[in-house]
Amino acid sequence: MNFAHVLFEAAPSLWRGLEVTVEVSAVSVSFALVAGLLFGTALAYGPILLRLPIRAVVDVVRGIPVLVLIFFVYYVGPAAGLELGSFSAAILALSLFSACQVAEITRGAIISVHHGQMEAARAVGLTFRQCLVSVIFPQALRRFLPPWINSVTDTVKGSALVSLLGIVDLMLAIQQVIGRTYRPMPFYVLGALIYLCINYALSSASRRLEAHFAYVRD
Amino acid sequence: MLHYHFNFGLIWQHFDKLDWGLVVSLELTLAAVAVSTVLGLAFAVAHVSGGRGVRALVAGYVECIRNIPLLLLVYLVFYGVPTIVNLQYSAMTSFIVTLSLYYAAYLVEVFRAGLLAVARGMQDAGKAIGMTAWQRLVHVRLPIMFRIVLPSLSNTYVSLFKDTAIASVLAVPELTYGAQWINNNTFRVIEVWSVAAPMYVVTGYAILFLLRRFERIYAMR
Repeated sequence: MNFAHVLFEAAPSLWRGLEVTVEVSAVSVSFALVAGLLFGTALAYGPILLRLPIRAVVDVVRGIPVLVLIFFVYYVGPAAGLELGSFSAAILALSLFSACQVAEITRGAIISVHHGQMEAARAVGLTFRQCLVSVIFPQALRRFLPPWINSVTDTVKGSALVSLLGIVDLMLAIQQVIGRTYRPMPFYVLGALIYLCINYALSSASRRLEAHFAYVRD
Repeated sequence: MLHYHFNFGLIWQHFDKLDWGLVVSLELTLAAVAVSTVLGLAFAVAHVSGGRGVRALVAGYVECIRNIPLLLLVYLVFYGVPTIVNLQYSAMTSFIVTLSLYYAAYLVEVFRAGLLAVARGMQDAGKAIGMTAWQRLVHVRLPIMFRIVLPSLSNTYVSLFKDTAIASVLAVPELTYGAQWINNNTFRVIEVWSVAAPMYVVTGYAILFLLRRFERIYAMR
């Protein structure tokens, strides 16, 4: 059998795998964005009693390898009353890790805005929330975007680890196809190219976004 | 809480799987740190001082590697490459090579930024007292660059340590593999992961702490 034929046979399972990879990544990225923005804002402005527990969680989670975190959530979750299937456990672990990265990025972006901006905004009578939404966040955005896109590509790459819980994402679909066809090299390279395309598209989109939100526009 | 009877006895009984696993993790880390640093430095110097062709090659390498999951690269090098070239290597060698190539791509960016941050005047001064290009690189640019990049270098090394967990998929007997072994042979799943995860956290922060101390000493000199 020539490779074109093998590829044709394998295409449907690879496509289903790709859909799962995209799904896992999209859910994790969205959850991480919401949770990370909240945590990060709390880290920058919250009272110490809120800051300390969040700081502890963020630092501990970032210290665990994503692979171990996935196993941890999957196996230890039930002890804390979290009976999760492998799919939800994998997404929860990936989201949690990514959320902690985003929290750190958000905090960094916020404190990079000069504190005089906040004082000036308060002085003209804006409420705290108005200050955040109309003054701090728009300025923090351009510091936030580049590392955030990095964390998105990290999440897409990290989603390959869910295959180790038996979830048939692109990574495991490739493994299964190789198991059927005994052609490791072409399919690994194909898989690498697919991941490369997804992430390259993300990073070029981000470069355009960055240019759009830069202070000085060309 | 579920009605679950914790039993850490079996974990301590097999603790050698975990502590020797940690030693293997650290061995992998050391080897990959050494190789990836040398590679990353060489690529960065080539990128900064090379022509357009070299620059495009290094940029292409960085872009490719950074956009592919490490897990896939690990499989590709261990299961894929030997099918097309006549090479035989152990899982451990294969993983060290993959991890080094992967982190070299991250370190290129770190070193490149550092090299570009060295003040132009420093190089001009070197030129003025008659240093050759090589002397300027070794005695002026690299030492200054290292002081600039040390904090991000430390962070990259700690990430590298955490990524050694992926060696478990090739059955390299490191910490995660040890934990999986205990997981599969004693079924004390909750206990084993509650022990293994903190081991990573503590070791990772210990490495970071040592590197931060080193940063301070090196900066004050």
